[in-house]
Amino acid sequence: MIKLVKVCKSFNGQKVLDNLDLEIEAQKITVIIGQSGGGKSVLLKHIIGLIKPDSGQIFVDGTDIVKLNDRMLNEVRKKFSMLFQDAALFDSMTVGENVAFPLKEHTRLSKKEIEEIVEAKLLQVGLTNVTHKMPSELSGGMRKRVGLARAIVLNPQIILFDEPTTGLDPLMSDAIDQLILKTQYDTRSTCVIISHDIASAFKIAHNIAMLYHGKIIQSGTPAELRSSNISIIKKFIEGTSA
Amino acid sequence: MIRFFEFTGKKFISIVEEFGKVMLLFLSAFLWMFRKPFRFRVIIKQMEFVGADSVSVILITGAFTGMVLALQTYYGFRMFGGESLVGATVTLSMTREIGPVFTALMVTGRAGSAMAAEIGTMRVTEQIDALYTMSVSPIQYLIMPRILAAALMLPILTIISDFIGIVGGYLVGVEFMKINSGIFMSKIIEFVDLADIFNGLIKSACFGLILSLIGCYKGFYTKGGAAGVGKATTQSVVYSSITILISDYFLTAAMF
Repeated sequence: MIKLVKVCKSFNGQKVLDNLDLEIEAQKITVIIGQSGGGKSVLLKHIIGLIKPDSGQIFVDGTDIVKLNDRMLNEVRKKFSMLFQDAALFDSMTVGENVAFPLKEHTRLSKKEIEEIVEAKLLQVGLTNVTHKMPSELSGGMRKRVGLARAIVLNPQIILFDEPTTGLDPLMSDAIDQLILKTQYDTRSTCVIISHDIASAFKIAHNIAMLYHGKIIQSGTPAELRSSNISIIKKFIEGTSA
Repeated sequence: MIRFFEFTGKKFISIVEEFGKVMLLFLSAFLWMFRKPFRFRVIIKQMEFVGADSVSVILITGAFTGMVLALQTYYGFRMFGGESLVGATVTLSMTREIGPVFTALMVTGRAGSAMAAEIGTMRVTEQIDALYTMSVSPIQYLIMPRILAAALMLPILTIISDFIGIVGGYLVGVEFMKINSGIFMSKIIEFVDLADIFNGLIKSACFGLILSLIGCYKGFYTKGGAAGVGKATTQSVVYSSITILISDYFLTAAMF
C-alpha cells in the first residue's frame, strides 16, 4: 500500500502540494484527477521518489521513502515502473532494446530468453513487427504501448501512469484503457493513474482521488465521486467551468 | 552602487554554486566508476564516439596546424638564419601546447556539444527520469562513461595530432622549404624531451575531463524544452573552451 502523510512541496515559493494526505489501496486502480498544472505529475513523481517533498512522509509498503538514501531508494524503486506522458522511450535504442532494457539491467536471463519476453510483452500490448523500429518511427499511440510494454516487462508490483491517454484519439484512448485494465487484472499490480480524462477515469478506476489546490479534496469509489456535494468535483465531472 | 554590489555578489554566488554542483557531479561519477555493474560496453561505445569518430577531424586539423606552424617559423627564423630550428620548434609547439589544446577544442566542438545535446534532450523528454524509475543511475549509465572515455581518449587523439602535425611540419620544412632533412630531425631529437610529450598528454587528459564534465553537467541540468537544449549545448562549448584555455595556462605554469 502507498500512503502519503502531510506532504508539502513548493517550487519558487509557490505551493504545489499542501499538506496532502492520500492512501492508495494495493492491487487496485487509483486514478488521481485534477486540473492541468495542478501538481498531479509532481505528486506521481513524489510517489516514486523522483522528487523529495519539503515536508511529510511517503510510505511504500510501510517504508518511508523520504528518509532513504539513493541506494536504498533504488531498491524500493524495483517494485515500481512508470509509464511517462510521452512514453520517455530511449531514442537511441530500438523498440526491442527499450523493452529489453529493464530485463538486461535487473535479470540474468539469456539473450534468447530476453528476446522471447520482449516479443511476448509487445504482443500483449498489441504490437507486432516493431522490435527493430526506432521510437521516432512510431505514432503517439504506439509509443505509449511500447512504454507500457517496457513498464510491465518485469511484472512490477506498482505501476504509475502519467496521463496515459492524453493526446490520443478516442479509439486509441479506449485501447490504452483496456490495456491498463487487462494488465492490472493479469498482474494484480497496484496502478496509480494521473489523468484529467474523466471518462477514462470512471471507466477504469476502482478508486478516484481529486487533487485541488495541492490537497486531495475527496477520495473514494467512482460512485462516491459521482454523488459528491463538493462543487468543484461536480464541475470537473460535468466539464463545466461556470 | 548598492545595486552594483548586489549584482556582482549574486553573480559570484551563482558561479560558486555552479562550480560546486559540477564538482559534486564529478565526485558522484567517480564513485559510480567503482560500483557494479561496470558498464564496459557503454564505456567502449563512448570511447568510440569520442575517440575513433574524432580521428578524421584531428588528422586534418593537426596536419594543417603543423604545416602552417612550419611555414610561419621558417619565415621568422630565416631572418636570422635559424631555419634549422624549424623542426624542433614545430615539435615542441605541437607536443607541449598546440596538440593538446587544439585537440581538446576540436573534441569540445564535436563530442562535448553532442554530450550536452544528447543528455539535455534525455532530460527534457523524461528519459533520465525513466532511468531513475528503472533503478538505473543516470550518473553511472550516462555521465561516468562519457567522462572516463574523454579522459582516456584525449591523450590518444593528442598523440595522433602531435604526430601528424610534425609530419605536416616536416613536409613543409623539408619538401617545400628545402631544409635539410637530417638537420630537421637531429634538432628535434636534440631539443625535445620525452617529458615534453608526456606533460602534453597529461594536459590533454585534464582537458578531456573538463570538456566532458561541462558537457555532461550542462546536459544533465537542462531546463525548458528544445530552447533549453540549444542553450545548454552552446554554453557547454563556450564554457569548455574558456575553461580549457584558462586551465592550460595554469597547467603549463605548473608543469614546464
